[in-house]
Amino acid sequence: MAKKLINVSVNGKAEEKAVEPRTLLIHFLREELNLTGAHIGCETSHCGACTVDIDGQSVKSCTHLAVQCDGSEVLTVEGLANKGVLHAVQEGFYKEHGLQCGFCTPGMLMRAYRFLQENPNPSEEEIRHGMAGNLCRCTGYMNIVKAVQYAAKKLQEPVTA
Amino acid sequence: MIPPRFEYHAPRTISEAVALLGQLGSEAKLLAGGHSLLPMMKLRFAQPEHLIDINRIPELRGIREEGTTVVIGAMTSENELINSPIVQAKVPVLAEAAQMIADPQVRNRGTIGGDIAHGDPGNDHPALSIAIEASFVLEGPKGRRTVPADGFFLGTYMTLLQEDEVMCEIHVPAFAQGTGWAYEKIKRKTGDWATAGCAVVMRKSGDTVTHVRIALTNVAPAALRVEAAEAALLNQPFNATTVQAAADAATAACDPAEDLRGDIEYKTAMAGEMVKRALTKAWALCS
Repeated sequence: MAKKLINVSVNGKAEEKAVEPRTLLIHFLREELNLTGAHIGCETSHCGACTVDIDGQSVKSCTHLAVQCDGSEVLTVEGLANKGVLHAVQEGFYKEHGLQCGFCTPGMLMRAYRFLQENPNPSEEEIRHGMAGNLCRCTGYMNIVKAVQYAAKKLQEPVTA
Repeated sequence: MIPPRFEYHAPRTISEAVALLGQLGSEAKLLAGGHSLLPMMKLRFAQPEHLIDINRIPELRGIREEGTTVVIGAMTSENELINSPIVQAKVPVLAEAAQMIADPQVRNRGTIGGDIAHGDPGNDHPALSIAIEASFVLEGPKGRRTVPADGFFLGTYMTLLQEDEVMCEIHVPAFAQGTGWAYEKIKRKTGDWATAGCAVVMRKSGDTVTHVRIALTNVAPAALRVEAAEAALLNQPFNATTVQAAADAATAACDPAEDLRGDIEYKTAMAGEMVKRALTKAWALCS
């Protein structure tokens, strides 16, 4: 099977790679680019541990082919911090104890990052519904809700010089 | 997790996609949102040798109005349906029901056309499309044809769609003023397929039902329109007796498969309950 050449921007960096069509995006990110923050928790597209942002949308990268990303902009958890300063969602999960084993966390953060742009001022119910594509074994979700609320508040603070 | 090898094609027009289907034959499958096809390939239930990606065909996208018809591109994602002002105003049941389908990530990729073309009795759009009296525009090598949703679903994973056809658009008559509607779905958890579901579209005059469509999800080999249940209500007063008669007619039509969501008796009873809830909700929205 012929490989296809793709050009994809990952965390702002242009990547040109030849990929086999059947290569799942999650494997491309983890094995080809060594971006091992995104995880694999299932093979039925349920857990969301592989969630990344593609062209402004949360997508489960286990159910997307790398070859389909030709021309796309992909953001992974490694690209969230800006010059070492944590993004509000990272800070929120840290402050509110929104992780324990950390396996779901990269996917949770990438989903929260996009969800708060879709809905900057969500209710608790909207947060739970908006994060419903991401499973967690450790936290029971309570502190994840608080983490997202913390991030929502922080993102709405006026920027001070 | 590991899908078998295949060749990948990414045509830019519908006619290119149709030509590829003709050329590659039954070894080729159309790749839409990929949230049913890739899961099946990752489990090796399906092993097509060619995937024809239709995500880069602009003609398959967009939502517009043509007179009193809402035209929805087959590659419209579930989240686009939810967020569409046209769908919200003209076919509100679609915008609301789409929120009950899968989860946010899946809704960014999964498309209304793919949900319908898959022909899975567990999917929600088949019953919804019957209730809203949708029709589907299919393009094949000989041109286009339009087929109604009612009659499109032949069996589990089987529809009227031919191997060399691409579904291009879903046509839906805009709801008349005062139309009531509901989609009631019982499920084990958010993101799961229905144990049983019921879509209803209804209109009234005074206390009489003047129009009603009732369709069921996941209680038969394919989505089911229950005309006997509709007949129990049409031109009748809406009350506990006629609603129960409709629910009884619906449960009589059920032929569910026993699985981890429940046995035949449970699913059938839940179908009746969803019918009652959906009718009650739809009636309340009629004006």
